[in-house]
Amino acid sequence: MVPEYETVIGLEVHVELKTNSKIFCNSTTAFGGEPNTHVCPVCLGLPGVLPVINKKALEYTIRTALALNCEIAGFSKFDRKNYYYPDMPKNYQISQYDLPIAPKGHLNIELDGNIRRIGITRVHLEEDTGKLVHPGTITTSPYSLVDYNRAGVPLMEIVSEPDLRSPEEAKAYLEKLKAIILYIGVSDCKMEEGSLRCDANVSVRVQGKEEYGTKTEIKNMNSFKSLQRALAYEVERQIEVLGNKGRIIQETRAWDESKGITLSMRSKEEAHDYRYFPEPDLVPLVIDRKWVEEIRASLPELPDERKTRYQRDYGLSAYDAARLSAEFEMADFFEACVKSYPQPKIVSNWINGDLSRLLNLHNINIVACPLTPQQLGALLKLIEKGTISGKIAKTVFEEMFNKGKDPEQIIQEKGLVQISDEDALVKIVDEIITQNQKVVADYRAGKDRALAFLVGQVMKATRGKANPELVNRLLKEKMQ
Amino acid sequence: MELYYYPAYQLHQRLVKKEIKAEEICRSVFNRVSQVEDKIKAFITLTYEQALAQAKKVDEKIARHEKISPLAGIPVAIKDNICTEGLKTTCASRILENFIPPYNATVINLLNQVDAIIIGKTNLDEFAMGSSTENSAFFTTANPWDLERVPGGSSGGSAAAVAAGETILALGSDTGGSIRQPAAFCGVLGLKPTYGLVSRFGLVAFASSLDQIGPFARNATDLAWLLNVISGHDPLDSTSRPEAPPDYTDFLVNNVRGLRVGVPREYMIEGIDVQVKQVINQALAKLTALGAVVEEVSLLHSKYALPTYYLIAPAEASSNLARYDGVRYGFRADNAVDMIDMFKKTRSQGFGEEVKRRIMLGTYALSAGYYDAYYLKALKVRTLIKQDFEKAFSTFDVLVSPVTPTPAFKIGEKTGDPLQMYMSDICTLAINLAGIPGLSIPAGFVNGLPVGMQLLGKPFSEGTLLQVAYTFEQNTGFHLKKPALKVVSGQEAGQASSLVPEDQ
Repeated sequence: MVPEYETVIGLEVHVELKTNSKIFCNSTTAFGGEPNTHVCPVCLGLPGVLPVINKKALEYTIRTALALNCEIAGFSKFDRKNYYYPDMPKNYQISQYDLPIAPKGHLNIELDGNIRRIGITRVHLEEDTGKLVHPGTITTSPYSLVDYNRAGVPLMEIVSEPDLRSPEEAKAYLEKLKAIILYIGVSDCKMEEGSLRCDANVSVRVQGKEEYGTKTEIKNMNSFKSLQRALAYEVERQIEVLGNKGRIIQETRAWDESKGITLSMRSKEEAHDYRYFPEPDLVPLVIDRKWVEEIRASLPELPDERKTRYQRDYGLSAYDAARLSAEFEMADFFEACVKSYPQPKIVSNWINGDLSRLLNLHNINIVACPLTPQQLGALLKLIEKGTISGKIAKTVFEEMFNKGKDPEQIIQEKGLVQISDEDALVKIVDEIITQNQKVVADYRAGKDRALAFLVGQVMKATRGKANPELVNRLLKEKMQ
Repeated sequence: MELYYYPAYQLHQRLVKKEIKAEEICRSVFNRVSQVEDKIKAFITLTYEQALAQAKKVDEKIARHEKISPLAGIPVAIKDNICTEGLKTTCASRILENFIPPYNATVINLLNQVDAIIIGKTNLDEFAMGSSTENSAFFTTANPWDLERVPGGSSGGSAAAVAAGETILALGSDTGGSIRQPAAFCGVLGLKPTYGLVSRFGLVAFASSLDQIGPFARNATDLAWLLNVISGHDPLDSTSRPEAPPDYTDFLVNNVRGLRVGVPREYMIEGIDVQVKQVINQALAKLTALGAVVEEVSLLHSKYALPTYYLIAPAEASSNLARYDGVRYGFRADNAVDMIDMFKKTRSQGFGEEVKRRIMLGTYALSAGYYDAYYLKALKVRTLIKQDFEKAFSTFDVLVSPVTPTPAFKIGEKTGDPLQMYMSDICTLAINLAGIPGLSIPAGFVNGLPVGMQLLGKPFSEGTLLQVAYTFEQNTGFHLKKPALKVVSGQEAGQASSLVPEDQ
């Protein structure tokens, strides 16, 4: 019998904090720039320089930790992680080893309607490294160049417990984590710019077993999609190895996006001995509780809280509430819209429906949405007043999205005002009845579908502008 | 007396009275350098022109009746592991032979602010690792009292320059005795301040938790003046103390009456030369005669200071020196086949033997499987050593010990045996581990060679140490003796038998 395997995944997420200056000096953290222009003696690790902790970076780390329900250590310290690589100016990284700023937290993920709590082992602060640049490709380039612009950018590491049970959960976790970090504004979380990075520890075990299987560490996953693909591949690979009576080797593996496979980078034996020891150039952190409480008080409403509020106060479904609250900019858009048109369910339908469809279609983020929440609200009011029909409104909405114009202007320009004038409609209704005597007979014979046909004909004749309710009533009256 | 042997405080008075010019002081010092430097070899770099230009600016200020700072126009020599903007800072290492920092150490900025004159960069053991300057990649400095002997180290160049009149004042750095031991060997005063009193920003790190920059001078007053300038909080150094230091000249009082002096038993027994012990005992008798109360005390964990030091200091050094890899600055070896090969060749060729020895020691002590047994244990013993001192200072105001087991040894005498070399710092290592201040002052002579007395105090009690030093020198005068440096014409290299201490 083939045993059922359970997947066990833990994620190590690195997030660059969007402070103005680097973690230990005054150099700018701005992305890009000519190589080695965002540097100073301190972040270049020149002889004799000393690090001084950026208080904002510490604040952002605490802010994140609080949003992730972590404890904030009263006493924390920095350590040196020693290894040789030219992208590190000092050949050691100032990081945190045994006393991170924040241990023991959690966040909730929701998948197929099930909510699961994922443990967070720790949140700590460290410095980012620079990067090597190779003319051509890394294998053919005769030399390496180094760019230290990113060296010393504050980097926050968030380590999860091995609580994730599928690649989908891993993706949901990372999405949730990103949403929270964007909500609290400590990073821009751009995977393509490297301000959000993710490594995964993966193992499988026979269903029901307690002890974990041997894990591998997967690196080089540069998007949400590659995270899910890489993990799915790795889980399958491990199950296959075990199925063939093989043994999983504890190692670091790199995801090859183009080939769609993971490849061994280095085994446990080849792993670095980082020779951690306390950073003597920095004094231990004694974190003031009052400051922590100030930071806690400054936290905004987080995704879960917003979702709950939308369900409770607006009566939205869990699904709709979750979609609206996933990104704070979307949630803000929604709330602004509700303010101008206080019918949350209708607003939700429009945002989760037509607006999302158009945003996806044009690959636009809500931040860059060409229409304002007030414009959407105005459109919904026009529907309610009967100025335009729901159907016409879809056309108007698309036009608003494309041109960024107010709905009233579009309706005017295109002559889309709904015909609710009974006198005007009666004429058309009479014409349609005259032209379709057979259908009228069917209607009178009790065929309900005949009415729908006739309404359609009136709408066609008015190019959709007729008030459908009015058309219905008039037809029924005339055919009595 | 030539200007180059004047105390700084007297030079200041004469400058203010317009009896002399800063330029004359500067020229006097550089003349002295031209006379003796070929024998002493204290300097790696001299800054004749900039120094004279700076001195002239001070003279202009005086001519304009501007108020000048106490150290304005006073020559200061800087150990070559303290970064000076636009001026080579080599650490006496091939790997930094041509390194020119684009920034000043905080102490250099402080000296510039008061118009002190930086006259050059002094020799040291490579990266301050050593006790004789014999580990300098460039040359060995000679002891002005006997050119066949070492000046001590690692700040041997600074100590020798002060002793030989090649400068008025100097800065050194002390990680395990590197200021006090050469001060003792060269018959001058040298202070290792409390950890955190003087900014380390710009001091090329050897062992960050132990390193301190400190002053050399030929009398307690000058030392206090220089300490006044370099001490104080620096926002660029997280380990520097936030509180403002006192005015150290307030402590220059001729009085030790009632002062409680402890003499650690462990520093007066094993391995200490009998004659050195005699000098210290005579000095203690003098202090007693002046009203101090001298008693024996025990520092139980003293014997562990050396092994503890040689785990912690190399561990930190192995990490601090990792950055010298040929990638960004300094020496890079040719003909490397790949990155790792470049690292290996650069570091193999760029570092000297002692530096490599300590990098290996430190790397080993921090390695997985050894960390707990070595580094972590050393940290625990460090705490015990610190507690010994805390306990002693609950009873005593100062502790007194020899600085070194013997006077200056001969060049080449200990280079074959690193452990013998390490033992010459046996009296000074614990002080860095405890983070407390230690002051070495001239206390007498053995066979014409100076002997230093070490004064130790509780954290940030430099004032008390200066008071003892001041009182002692007011009542003895050992600090006034100068090395003869009379060189017989046609003398062959290394023969210095005619050098006899002379009274000034």
